[in-house]
Amino acid sequence: MSGHSYIKRPNRPLQIYAALFLVVLYVPVLFLPLFSFNTSIYVKFPLTGFTFQWYIELMDREPVWAALMNSLRVGVTTSLISTGFGIFAAKAITRYRLPGKGPLVGFIMLPLVVPGIIFGVALLILISRMGIPLSLYTVTIGHVIVCLPFAIATMIPRFEGFDPSIEEASADLGENAWWTFWRITFPMVFPGILASLLLTFTVSFDEFIMAFFLSGTDPTLPMYIWSQLRFPKEFPSILALASIILVVSFAMVFLGQWINRDAQATDSKSE
Amino acid sequence: MRGQDIPMPNQTALLPNTVRFRTLLQRSETTRGFALLSPTLLIMTVGILIPIGILVAMSFWTQVGFDFDTTLTTKNYQLAMDRPIYGALLRRSLWMSGMATIATVILSYPMAYFVAFHIHRNKMMWIVLITLPFWTSYLLRVFAWKVVLGYQGVINSALMALGLIDAPLEFLLYSQSAVVITLAHAWAAFAILPMYVSLEKIDKSLLEAATDLGDGPVARFLRITLPLSLPGVISACLLIFIPTTGDYITPTLLGGPDGAMIGNLIQKQFGAVNNWPMGATLSIILILSIGAISLSFMAFANFVRKRIS
Repeated sequence: MSGHSYIKRPNRPLQIYAALFLVVLYVPVLFLPLFSFNTSIYVKFPLTGFTFQWYIELMDREPVWAALMNSLRVGVTTSLISTGFGIFAAKAITRYRLPGKGPLVGFIMLPLVVPGIIFGVALLILISRMGIPLSLYTVTIGHVIVCLPFAIATMIPRFEGFDPSIEEASADLGENAWWTFWRITFPMVFPGILASLLLTFTVSFDEFIMAFFLSGTDPTLPMYIWSQLRFPKEFPSILALASIILVVSFAMVFLGQWINRDAQATDSKSE
Repeated sequence: MRGQDIPMPNQTALLPNTVRFRTLLQRSETTRGFALLSPTLLIMTVGILIPIGILVAMSFWTQVGFDFDTTLTTKNYQLAMDRPIYGALLRRSLWMSGMATIATVILSYPMAYFVAFHIHRNKMMWIVLITLPFWTSYLLRVFAWKVVLGYQGVINSALMALGLIDAPLEFLLYSQSAVVITLAHAWAAFAILPMYVSLEKIDKSLLEAATDLGDGPVARFLRITLPLSLPGVISACLLIFIPTTGDYITPTLLGGPDGAMIGNLIQKQFGAVNNWPMGATLSIILILSIGAISLSFMAFANFVRKRIS
């Protein structure tokens, strides 16, 4: 269509701006891995030499491994619970006409917007009033609340993206609700479930504020990093640890988004 | 009606009246929906509603040693009004997140515009690329800015190595601008998404019509694109302003004394100061201020939208 031509004309300044934007978005974070391979314990230019020393030192640290295990346990539990609940919630939101749905969805999505400190201290108060000791379990509760909106938002486009008449056909052919779910709905939304598992795991793995208020004596990995930031001589090994976490997080989120890409493509499609 | 909502045969047998049967059918759809939603609603009630309720109650209590006096009193609120430091920190937090919001929205708008109008293939790839950092550790992204802006950090040491400055620039770290830069950077992805969605929705034929009727690119942008994308801009503003106001990681790592925010004060009440009721009061004041500002902003923005369209 010739009418579109002027819109399609490449806009050179805008292209340069976009490239710069991406550079600024990524470069500060890339300094972490850069300096984690530097021999000096000071984070400054000029670089002094290349080394794996900080990574090797990291391997010998008992607290790092303990914190990693804590984070993995919390992350896996959180992603399973929030994705599990999220599947049902996403189905309810997309498939059923519910009175007061708008406000309810808004309520569920609150943790995306409200400052984390508010929920952190509010949950801390509730938990301490109930006399429950702070532990990895309390951190997990906090993380489920943070992750549920992400899980639901990831799976809603999946449910919107497939025709409910397939489910109806299955029911008409005599399957009960349970088997319809396992044989029709589940395979159709499976990429969304996988994406949600990966994304919520990453969010929980990287989460700091809830962990800050709700963890007991067992630190998660971000809590461990926070506790080490005070010691200047620990800086290089923290850079190494941070770099590993960043690479793993980037990979998992990228994978999650990639698996779920066609759902999002249909969701935001207009042309 | 959907096939899956047909009740079990035994239920049908119990209800001979067709009208009642139909209402039950409809009700059962609603009931099923709520049943599916119930685990989520339960956890959100236990995790949000009840804690916030207790937070409100506690804001009227007083701290006595390591225990609380649960007699209701507005003493904390009076104290918060009387001590200038609380008001000053709150105003500064609102000011700083306001600045970060404006900076983020202005800087992200062209990017959202670019992806919406100038990317035709692999749009999804661009969206993933832009939002990727947002999903990764907030703590580490703030930490990265500490490395960049530090006294002996990337910028200072690079400028010194190049011989452009003799002594490190001290204003980079531990300042309000350091906090504003970091907040803007950390929330950019959040700002782009809503603006991208509303730009993407704009009917391209409107732009053709404007061109055919003689509008140049600037007039076309100001009269069509910008007004139609305002809903996205408004949500972007709220999506950044609301969460950043309560941030305390960034001001702790990068703010220094001048860049402290209300979140730092709240966190101290639950830590070193150990005055939980005061912390609860400050949290409630923070929620109310954010709510009031957001509502007036929305009212104002809607007024502007009506005037220009």
